[in-house]
Amino acid sequence: MKKKGWKELPIGGVILEAGNTRGYATGDWRTFRPVIDLDKCTNCMRCWIFCPDSSVVLVDGKVDHFDYDHCKGCGICAVECPENVKAIAMIEEAEAKEGK
Amino acid sequence: MGKLVALTGNIALATAMRQINPDVCAAYPITPSTQVIEQFSEYVADGLVDTELIAAESEHSAMSACIGAAAAGGRVMTATSSQGLAYMWEMLYIAAGMRFPVILACVNRALSAPINIHGDHSDSMGARDSGWIQIYAENAQEAYDNLIQAVRIGEQMDVRLPVMCCMDGFTTSHAIDTLELLDDKTVRDFIGEYKATHPLLDVEHPVTYGALDLQDYFMEHKRAQAEAMKNSRKVIVDIAKEYKKISGRGSIYFEEYYMDDAEVVMVIMNSAAGTVKTVIDAMRARGEKVGLLKPRIFRPFPYNELADALSNVKAVAIMDRADSVGAEGGPLFMEFKSALYGRKNQPMMINKIYGLGGRDLMLNDIEEIYKELREIKNTGKIKALSEYITVRGEEAAYGKA
Ligand code: SF4
Ligand code: SF4
Repeated sequence: MKKKGWKELPIGGVILEAGNTRGYATGDWRTFRPVIDLDKCTNCMRCWIFCPDSSVVLVDGKVDHFDYDHCKGCGICAVECPENVKAIAMIEEAEAKEGK
Repeated sequence: MGKLVALTGNIALATAMRQINPDVCAAYPITPSTQVIEQFSEYVADGLVDTELIAAESEHSAMSACIGAAAAGGRVMTATSSQGLAYMWEMLYIAAGMRFPVILACVNRALSAPINIHGDHSDSMGARDSGWIQIYAENAQEAYDNLIQAVRIGEQMDVRLPVMCCMDGFTTSHAIDTLELLDDKTVRDFIGEYKATHPLLDVEHPVTYGALDLQDYFMEHKRAQAEAMKNSRKVIVDIAKEYKKISGRGSIYFEEYYMDDAEVVMVIMNSAAGTVKTVIDAMRARGEKVGLLKPRIFRPFPYNELADALSNVKAVAIMDRADSVGAEGGPLFMEFKSALYGRKNQPMMINKIYGLGGRDLMLNDIEEIYKELREIKNTGKIKALSEYITVRGEEAAYGKA
């Protein structure tokens, strides 16, 4: 995408298109990533409610995967997953990238 | 012809605010500006305005509320002084960077420490790089006129910047002065209706304010902001001319007093300019070619126009009612030096720091400075480039004399 010059931008740094963060990968500085064990998950939706970046993705109303383009790796989902379930593990990003 | 009234500077400002009838006013009281909002809150309580008045818990919150209300789409005003302005600091930059035409009445007062409630320009001069347009007033009349014009200047589509209207604490804010008011309808017709650029309350067109802006775009936004300040130069001229048509009053970038044939000149802002005029009248009666140049607009700084105005002058004293500690003179002096740099006809220039914390500048002090300027004009020699005056003890002079 060609970047705009100063005369072409809306004033004051205002963003005119609602929800355009979708097109901007904000999760690339994550050091830990959440990984879900769907066999354990009871679909209580706590992780989906608590995720500050709307990165828990549902398919047909059920927790399915994480949006790693926007997940910042805060680990809130893993903490909020109930004690007797603990379906989410936080693993090192470097290890995940090496495919371990 | 408007109505002639006797008001304090603060009540003159509150009256202008009543006539402007802003959507939102968020403020926190601080001497000497308290009376502005105190009086205005009576207008709110009496139903004379439609304004939503927010009594904030601090100046930081007051400016934050102004910014929020401006983002929502409102015409917004506030007033403060000294520590109050200092406490607004980070929000001043945000109002300017987000390009909200918030209007702030700054009743100039010294900054602590030591604690002092009286007038000097340390507060607004410290905010000179915050991106606000700054207009200065000698008396209640100018303060009233400036506040009304500020609405139009800040809201101009190619400007959209906040405006700070300054006048001296106590000398102007608390003394009763005579001034001429415009009638309410004239003011309302003059300012017209405000059209917010991207109001958050327009829920059909949702936008994001205050998003993160990193290496890839921050500089473009700053460049656009600089251009807006540049655009305000012409707008300030147009609005001053238009205002003169309805009021018969007002200067544009600065006022000139006996400048036509003046050989030695004093540059001074706000209330002390009135005292200087009295001295000039007496000296002119004795045939001395003395003059005054009183800046009205400090941001954007009208460097070309000011340099032209001084091109036939031999010696000038730049009077600063604030110091920039560690610099070679006060903030006004530095601006004039850079405005005149590279000019063919540069006058000789000296700088005096005066009136800090409300210290009086007397007729005799002013006459002494004109005598010093005449000496400089005759000998071509400067003894002290920048120094404090009317201070007890040894004089500390700064800079290369
Ligand atoms: S780690 Fe944080 S950002 Fe990522 S999915 Fe979990 S709660 Fe959301
Ligand atoms: S919090 Fe745990 S159990 Fe509940 S939906 Fe999320 S992953 Fe499944």
